[in-house]
This record gives sequence, C-alpha cells and structure tokens, in this order.
Amino acid sequence: MRDETVRLALPAAGDATERPISIAIVAMGGQGGGVLTDWIVQLAENHGWVAQSTSVPGVAQRTGATIYYIEAMPPLDGRKPILSLMPTPGDVDVVMAAEFMEAGRSILRGLVTPERTTLIASNHRSFAIGEKIAPGNGIADQGAVSGAIGVAARNEIIFDLNALAIKHGSVISAAMFGALAAASVLPFSRESYLDVIRAGEKGARASIETFEAAFDQVQTKSFGDAAPAPSRPAKAVPPLVVPDADLARLIARLKDLPEPAAAMARAGLKKVVDFQDVAYGGEYLDLLGRLCAADRSAGGAGKSFAFTTAAAKYLANAMTYDDVIRVADLKTRASRRSRIEDELELSEGQVLHTTEFMHPRMEEVMGMLPAGFGRWLGARPRLLGFLDRRVNRGRRVKTYSLPWFLMLYVVGGMRGMRRRSLRHAVETAHRDAWLKAATEAVSTNYQLGVEILQCRRLVKGYSDTHSRGLSKFDKTLAAIKLVERRDDAADWARRLREAALKDGPGKELDGVIQTIKTFA
Amino acid sequence: MAERSFAREVEDLRLGNGDTFRGEGILAITKALLQSGVAYVGGYQGSPISHLMDVLADAKDVLDDLGVVFQSSANEAAAAAMLSASVMYPLRGAVAWKSTVGTNVASDALANLASGGVTGGTMIIVGEDYGEGSSIMQERTHAFAMKSQMWLLDPRPDHECIVNLIEKGFELSEFSNTPVMLEVRVRACHMHGSFACKDNVKPAHTIKDALNNPIRDVNRIVLPPAAYEHEQEKIKTRMPAAVGFIREHKLNEWMGPKDGKVGIIMQGGMYNNVIRALQYLGLSDAYANTQVALYIMNVTYPVIDTEVAEFCAGKDAVLIVEEGQPEYLEQAINTVLRRRDINARVHGKDVLPMGGDYTAQVLLNGVREFLEKTEPRLLGNRPPAPDATPTLNHPAVEKLKQVVPARPPGLCTGCPERPIFAAMKLVEEELGQHHVSADIGCHLFSILPPFNIGATTMGFGLGPASTSAFNVKADKRSIAVMGDGGFWHNGLTSGIGNAVFNKHDGVFVIVDNFYTSATGGQDILSSRAINKRRDTNNSIVKAVKGIGGQWVRQLDRTYDVGKMRDTLKEALTTREEGPKVIVASSECMLNKQRRVKPQIAKAIKDGTRVVKERFGVDEDVCTGDHACIRLSGCPSLSVKQLDDPLRDDPVAAIDNSCVGCGNCGEVAEAAVLCPSFYRADVIHNPTGWDKFRSKVAMAVIGWLQRRRDRRRPALEALA
Repeated sequence: MRDETVRLALPAAGDATERPISIAIVAMGGQGGGVLTDWIVQLAENHGWVAQSTSVPGVAQRTGATIYYIEAMPPLDGRKPILSLMPTPGDVDVVMAAEFMEAGRSILRGLVTPERTTLIASNHRSFAIGEKIAPGNGIADQGAVSGAIGVAARNEIIFDLNALAIKHGSVISAAMFGALAAASVLPFSRESYLDVIRAGEKGARASIETFEAAFDQVQTKSFGDAAPAPSRPAKAVPPLVVPDADLARLIARLKDLPEPAAAMARAGLKKVVDFQDVAYGGEYLDLLGRLCAADRSAGGAGKSFAFTTAAAKYLANAMTYDDVIRVADLKTRASRRSRIEDELELSEGQVLHTTEFMHPRMEEVMGMLPAGFGRWLGARPRLLGFLDRRVNRGRRVKTYSLPWFLMLYVVGGMRGMRRRSLRHAVETAHRDAWLKAATEAVSTNYQLGVEILQCRRLVKGYSDTHSRGLSKFDKTLAAIKLVERRDDAADWARRLREAALKDGPGKELDGVIQTIKTFA
Repeated sequence: MAERSFAREVEDLRLGNGDTFRGEGILAITKALLQSGVAYVGGYQGSPISHLMDVLADAKDVLDDLGVVFQSSANEAAAAAMLSASVMYPLRGAVAWKSTVGTNVASDALANLASGGVTGGTMIIVGEDYGEGSSIMQERTHAFAMKSQMWLLDPRPDHECIVNLIEKGFELSEFSNTPVMLEVRVRACHMHGSFACKDNVKPAHTIKDALNNPIRDVNRIVLPPAAYEHEQEKIKTRMPAAVGFIREHKLNEWMGPKDGKVGIIMQGGMYNNVIRALQYLGLSDAYANTQVALYIMNVTYPVIDTEVAEFCAGKDAVLIVEEGQPEYLEQAINTVLRRRDINARVHGKDVLPMGGDYTAQVLLNGVREFLEKTEPRLLGNRPPAPDATPTLNHPAVEKLKQVVPARPPGLCTGCPERPIFAAMKLVEEELGQHHVSADIGCHLFSILPPFNIGATTMGFGLGPASTSAFNVKADKRSIAVMGDGGFWHNGLTSGIGNAVFNKHDGVFVIVDNFYTSATGGQDILSSRAINKRRDTNNSIVKAVKGIGGQWVRQLDRTYDVGKMRDTLKEALTTREEGPKVIVASSECMLNKQRRVKPQIAKAIKDGTRVVKERFGVDEDVCTGDHACIRLSGCPSLSVKQLDDPLRDDPVAAIDNSCVGCGNCGEVAEAAVLCPSFYRADVIHNPTGWDKFRSKVAMAVIGWLQRRRDRRRPALEALA
C-alpha cells in the first residue's frame, strides 16, 4: 500500500501493521464537503475496503469552518480495521481544502506535515466576516498561507478549483474529487472514480466534466500558484483616440512630473476630468505642480518623490468627491448597464430592469445649490427641517424606466452648476486646508507630509458614513498636530490612520489619541 | 419539511435478514429500534440526533406496517413523559434528544419514570454533544444516569456493536425494570459504517392493546409510601438484576492478553482512539490485535464490581480512560479495589486531561506517560509517533497564526433573521445599547460579528424568561429574542405567560421562520407548510393573545428593515404597560430555496414568465467603507479589490449566490448608507409587452447616453 508507514514491533502481520489511509476535508458549511466525503467512502467500498467517515454538522454547517474526516483500509482475512473518528496531527495523508484560508487553518491544526501530507487546496478566497467589516482593507495575506504550505506539505496541488467548477457548471466537490484522482495517493483507477459519480444520478454530467477538467489540469501540472481568475473578462483594448487639443495639452504636462508620480497623475487626471471637465483637470495639475515643487525643495528626489506620488493619488480622490451629480451620472452611463449585463450573463430574450435604493436628504439637495443660497438656507434650521421632511425618505428608483432615467440623466448633467455649488465650496476649503498642512509638514519632516496626504483615505462613504469619515479625518489631523514636532511624528500619523481604518465607530482611533495625549 | 428529504434513508429501514446496512450511525440506531420491536418512538430534534427524528418523520409507511407510533414531541420533557406508556404495559418504547441540554429538560419526567420503574423496555437515546464542534455547555449525561439510577450504555463506535447493544438494552431494561440510556457521541452519530441487518420486529404488545385493556398499579406511582419502596427496589432488586444480566450477556468486553502487569479500562466510546494510540506506540495493529489487556465498558453505569476486580487482580496498575469530568468511573473503581484490597494502582486523570476530547493524540500522550510510569518495557523500541510540532514551530507557520481569520458560524445567505438584527443595530444607534437576552437557535448568531447583540443565553425557549429580573421602571427596557422553536418548546409559558402575569414592561421579539431551523428545519405548530401527519399553521400571535398578551405586533416580512426598526422603537418607547411582543415572520431561506428553486427552474424551462431578483453593487459608486457589511454579514455580500491605482480599500461586491432577499437595499435605505446598491430584475420568458416597453425605453435611453458620451472628453487617450 504505502512504504512510508510505520512498521510496528509486532510479529509480521503484513498489511496489518500499517495505518489506514486518512483524508481530511476542511471546508465551510454548505460547500458540499458531505458529498465529496460520501464519494470517497463509496470509492473505497467499491474496492472492498472498509471506509469510515465522520463529521460534525451542528452549527458549523451554517457557513462556519468545519471538517470531514475519512479513514479507509482493506479488511484482513475478514477482520475489520479499527478506524479513528478524528484526524491526528502529523498523521494525515491527504488534506483537501475548499478555500485558501481553510488550507491555512488545516496547517495550524497540524494536519499538514512534510512527512506524509498531500495538500489539495483551492486558492480562491471566501472572505471571513472579520476581513469584510473593517472600514479599511482587512483582507488576510494570502502570501502567508503559500509560505506555510511550502514548508508543511509533502506534495501540493494548489489552484482555483472553485473557478474551474463554476466554469463547468458544477460545484467545487467535483473538482476536488478530480484533483484527488490525479494526485494518485489512493491506489484506485481514474475510471473507478468516475463510476462513483455516475452512480449518483443528479447532476452527474456536469460533475464528470468538472472532474475531468480538474484531473487533466493536475496531470498536466498546468497550475503554478496561479491566482484566482479575474471575475470579469478583461475589456478589449480601446481604439486609439485622438484627444481634443485642451486634453492633449494636459496630457503633455504630465511629462513635467517625475516618475513614478507621473503614472499616478495620469490615472488621477483621468478621474478628475471624467468627474468634471478638462478645466478641472488643469486645476488638478496646477495643484499637483505646486505640491511637486514643495516635494523637490524638501529633497523628494532622494525619496523617489513619495510626496508627489501620494499627492497625485489622494488629490484626485479629494477633487472627485461623491456628490449627487456624480452618482446620477455613473448610474446612467451605457458602460454601467453593459457591466451589469455581463455580470448577470444576460442572454437574448431576457429583459433587465434595475432598482436603485436612494435616500436623499436635504443636506444633499442643499449641497447642489449655489453656495450663497445654500448658506442662507443652512442658517434657517426650521425651514431646513420643513424641507427635509419633504425630501428625506427612501426612494426606489427604477433606473431604466423613462421618467426615472430622465430625472437621473438631468441631475447627472448638472456639472455646469457644480463648481458654484455649496458642496464644492466646502470640499475645496477642506481640501486646501489639508494640502496646506501636508506642505508645511513635508518641509520639516518629509515622511510626515506623506502620511498627512494619505490620511485622505479616511474620507469616504455617503451621508452619516461620510460625516463619520470626515470626523475621523479631522480627529487624526488634530492628533498629528500634537506630535508634529517629534521625530517619530510620521510613525504616530501612520498608527493613527491605521487605527481609524480598523473599526466603524472609531474606538481604536480614540485609543491611540488617548495614548498620544498622555505624552503630548 | 426537514432540510432534506430522507426518502432514500427510509428505504434502509426496510432492510432485513441477509442485507447489509451502510450509512450514518444515527440511522443504524433508528433501524436497530425497529429490529427491537419498539411500539412507540418520540423525541426532540437537535444535533446529533436530528436525523433519527427526520427519517422516522418520513417513514410513515414503514412505521404503519409495523404498528409503531411516532411522535415529534413538544420538547424533551414531553418525550420523557411519553415513556410512561411502558410503566404498566409490556410496550417497548424509545425517545431521543441532544444531551445534556435535552436531558436537563427531561429530568423531572425521567426521575419519576426511574423511580416507579418500567414493565416494557424503555430506551433513552442521548446524542452526547461533547468536545470539539459541540454547540452546548460541556457536561456529562453520566450524572443523570447515576442520580436517577438508569443504566447507561456507551457502546464502541461500531455499528455492529451499537445495534447489538440496543437490542440487548431493551432486554436489560425489562429484566431489571429500569429505563436504559444509550449514550452516543456526535462523531459516532455521524459516522459512516455498516452492519448485518435483521428483519424488523412487530411489537408483541401494541399501543392499541394497551388502550383497550387499561391496567393500574398504585405501587408504581411516585407517592409515599410507594416512593420509599421504589428506592429499596432500586437497591435490592433492580441493581442486582441488571448486574447479573450484564455479566451473563457479556455486554462489557475483554481484549488482549489475559496476563500482563498493566491494563486499560475504558468507556466503550473511547475504544477506537485508544486502539489508534496503542498503534502509534507499537502495541497494537490496525485490527485491534493488542499487546495490552483492555476492559471495554459498553455499560458505564452500573460498574460491574466483580468484572473490575477480576480484570485488576494481579495487575500492578490500570489506566482508566474516561472522557469529561468529574471522573465518576475512576472514583467508583477505586472504591471497588479498596473494598477488596486489590492493590493495582489506578491511573486516569493524573496522566490524561480532566476535560476535553480524548483524541488519539491526547490518548497517545496519556497512555505513553502511563506506561513510562508503570511498564516502560512495553514501549520497546519506541517507533516514531506522529508529531506535528516541528511543523507548527516553523516560523512560516508561526506567522500564519496571525493571518488566518476566525470563521464563526453565521446566518445563511438571505436569512430572514438578518434584517431583524440590522434593525436592532439601527435602533441601538438611535436609542443606545439595551440589555438583550438571546435564546437558542440560529438567531443566537446575533451575539457574533457583525451584530454583536445579546448578553446571555439560558437555554432553549428561556430568552424571555431570562429578562424577568429586569422588571422595573427604568430609562431603558430589556429586550428578549426567542425563536418559534423555543416559543413552542416552552417559551409561550415560561417567557410570554410569565411576562404577562408579572406585568413585565420588556420587549419580546419572537423570530418566526416557519421551522425549527437550527436543528434541520423540522415542522412545528406554527409552520406554514401543510403537513398531512401533523397539525400546522397554528398562529403564534393568537397563542400570545390567548395567554393575555395585549401589545402584540405581527410583521409578515422581516426584510422590511424600516418597519422592523420603527416597531422596535415603538415597543421600547410606548407608554403602554405589560410585555410588548413582536412576532417577526419570514420563511427560513435555506428551506425556502430548497422548496422554490426546482419550481422556478421548471417554470423557466416551461416558458412561463419569471422575474429573478439579484442584488449588485456599483463598484465606482461604492467607496469601500463597508458600513453595509457591518449591518449585514451576508455570505453573498463580500469585498473585492479593484485594479485601480487610486483605490486603497476593496469595494463591496455581491456574488452570484445572492438570492435577492432584499436586505441589502432595505438596509442601505433605512440606514441612509449609500446609493451603490441596486436590485437587478431579470425577466425570463418576457411577454411581448415586456419586450416592447423595454425596447422603446432603451432606444431613447441609448440615444441620450450616446449624446452625453459624445460630449465627454476622449479619455481613452489617458487609458
């Protein structure tokens, strides 16, 4: 059977001194680990082996991490082997992980060891709740798992089994069964695997296709640590377009910027012009130019112009604030509809409608008004309240019904008013204060300047979420002021920003601020 | 309708002489009951015994042929009380539940049953939910068996052995007039294995016979002086009878060499892992050809003194492998040996952990330590035992510890309970945090991220009761959450009735999803499905009003987050006295999908007009603050990284597992989150009118879009 098994100090009993083949399937509840388990058991029994599987359904079934365990071994002249009900760390032949972090978890459980374990894992990610709820980027580092696999697994078969299964209209269990067959850890023929699937009537064809695809992919080793396939097919290369003169002039100005800032500025310019117009793009480059000058005089050349690069990125984001006009414009674009059609794989003869869930408040309306009028209104809370009661309610917008579309289309076309609007005035003031702080800082403490620019990342979301983001931003800059004279000011700025991105209410941020107040 | 159909498993119940059963342990147990000629079966669902209830619920024909009565009991106490049918009549009966929680609920009835004793064989099958993966407090059923004197069977995890012990167990019960408990652990219940079947046996005496020929014997009733007699009977008659039977029928097993200076005494349930541990130490092969003497207690109560004495006589030391605490067997065996002055040293919890799973790894360490202390020679040349520590200590793996995120269980995609807790979260933001008592059921996941709602859980159906102390006038009111399962299990009286009677001002949310969903979607009184064999569609609201509830609100679509939030706010603020009861009803999505998916697929195939809903996120509108996820936690609502150098944080994204429940839109609207969410309605097999309307609209829309795009600067130049 296997040569690496431990021979026992027993009178020669042949196979009897060997341990059964052990297979652990680590998955999330509802991933079909049960089906795969039954297949493997059936496979072994079809060859006259004794097979035992165990699992712990219960609450883990509800999307939690769970584990299925199988042991199989031939009987010895009529005697059944005694099989264990749980995997033993360091004594598992095959670990099959239906998700990449679960592969990592199985390593932490000691199930994957270099002496014996073949690890078959899908490298697609299904994010855990903890990764999803962070206001920033809470996604766990896949590299750490790959690194651990390298040292823990005897053989590794890692690729996106999930994508492959979906491609062939089946589920991951079929792909994993195929990978197991190809791994040839079990002394059973490819055919006998297929027999097991065929025996199960439901969805057999798709399962077989998936099985074969996975089998071939493993056989031909046509997987490295291939990253999961992109969710959408890459768009075709856009036709070469000749930009109008004004835009061409702006593009030319990008050359004045040092690499790598120029590349970032290119993306930034695109976003800004797309948001408003070419003139606004000019404003962007003017501001950026000034920041770049400050960067040079602060010795940015020696720092690969980190300040300008950060500015190119965050200034663009600051200038393209999310207002009603932008949202309406994005929602009414042709590209948007076609993107949705792609995602839904809309076929001929199907009709698509979409409903938007908008909840405008008087604040948003006021933001669109000319600055003066807006301020006048803002100073009249009772009138404002009266109007808010009329405006402030959830509205279901049927995007592709003519009346609603026209409404959105008109709003989306109000670019002309934007630069005179109250919102624009507020955003501009806020932006300039931020740039001023950054420019002042960079001259004395280069890294601090960069950090301050990066704090822009805290401002995002709409309505309440947006105001919470703003307050986090203001708190952070205020706290930075307290430490700006210190040598480690930049580190504190970074700490503050990272804390602010950890949780919604900003408890972590307040914690760091408290710490700072103890010494500053 | 349970989560899945058990039609195929029902076929297994028909197997007879010469057939081989292959399948789950809990189903083998079900089959064994029929082979033992039971006249009635009852119980309450819950992992790991749910499948026993589900299969029998689907097995009406089989049961009718045999004349077996099957009940889905209201709760474990009801199931235990059902066993009183075997007190006067020679009827074999069995009940099953999750333990120790179920046994806690049942113990009043069990104590009475055990006191009076039984005529017909009675078996209580307890799914011992202990150790890794358990969903309950870590306790042992053993204590219940001892305190009420019911015999406790703990068979080796092997279908053949379990089935045989059930058949013998009924005989034992009848021979000693005592109820018998069969303890099977979670993994044994879900273990795939096989055994040689026998024909099912029709009960010799049926329920009908009993009803038609009533018997009464006041000496069987727990009332002085009979109660004192019962105690003497237990000691003088039933115990000796049981001990005799267990010895005679060799229910406990001896293995390995008769001689030898050391031996291992174990609960039957520990056997497989003990053998594996011995194998790692080179003291057994995979077929239990062991070099150490083993005494396997398939009956862990009563302890058979003479057998223990016999096994220990002439040994220097024995190891007792007994999972969980306190170490009842170790204590009992010490007494046996001291009384007889047998000087074998007793090891157990000194080399094995007091609590937790006895995995092969744990036993390996324990047995090794035991042998090093007592008989090191046996360890011989010490073949290398499996050891993962070098791998676990490798820096790359150490690093991984900080990376791998916890993955707690959560509400399923589209779960109707999600919007309820989203609404509670919104109310929390407005009115501040409240004291919330949680209950048992899927809704208990509210205590985990992202909701983090719920302070305590005191047992099934006891959420409302556990707020009863908070019955004072204060600035805030207590909130209790309870599921429909818990409501019918006992919450109607212990929770609502209790609150009405004591004029408790608190808020009581009853989550009604049409099934006992956490246990596998079994029907209950208020299930909306038509169930030929049960009386469903009994309104929770009527029951609440019937028991005196005045302020009662029914929400028939939990996904209406706004309404849910407003109703909660009203309940928390209204001046009205007495309990404020909110019944929030929407069907469990897991069961609904299982029901409607095939129907929809068929409808589409047949060319009927079908509108399929799914939610999506406009990635360029989403700013990646994930506030929506902090109010949802839906598995289908995730995040994705955009390949845009200007973006740091991933944006929200909805995958194709979305069932279009509506929660995302409702929350975005009610919480005034952001306009990124959209609902896409895809009309399959649209009517001519559908096509025409959208054709016209899209023609105009397309023209407008082209018009505006023409006016945009040619940004492709920047791409």
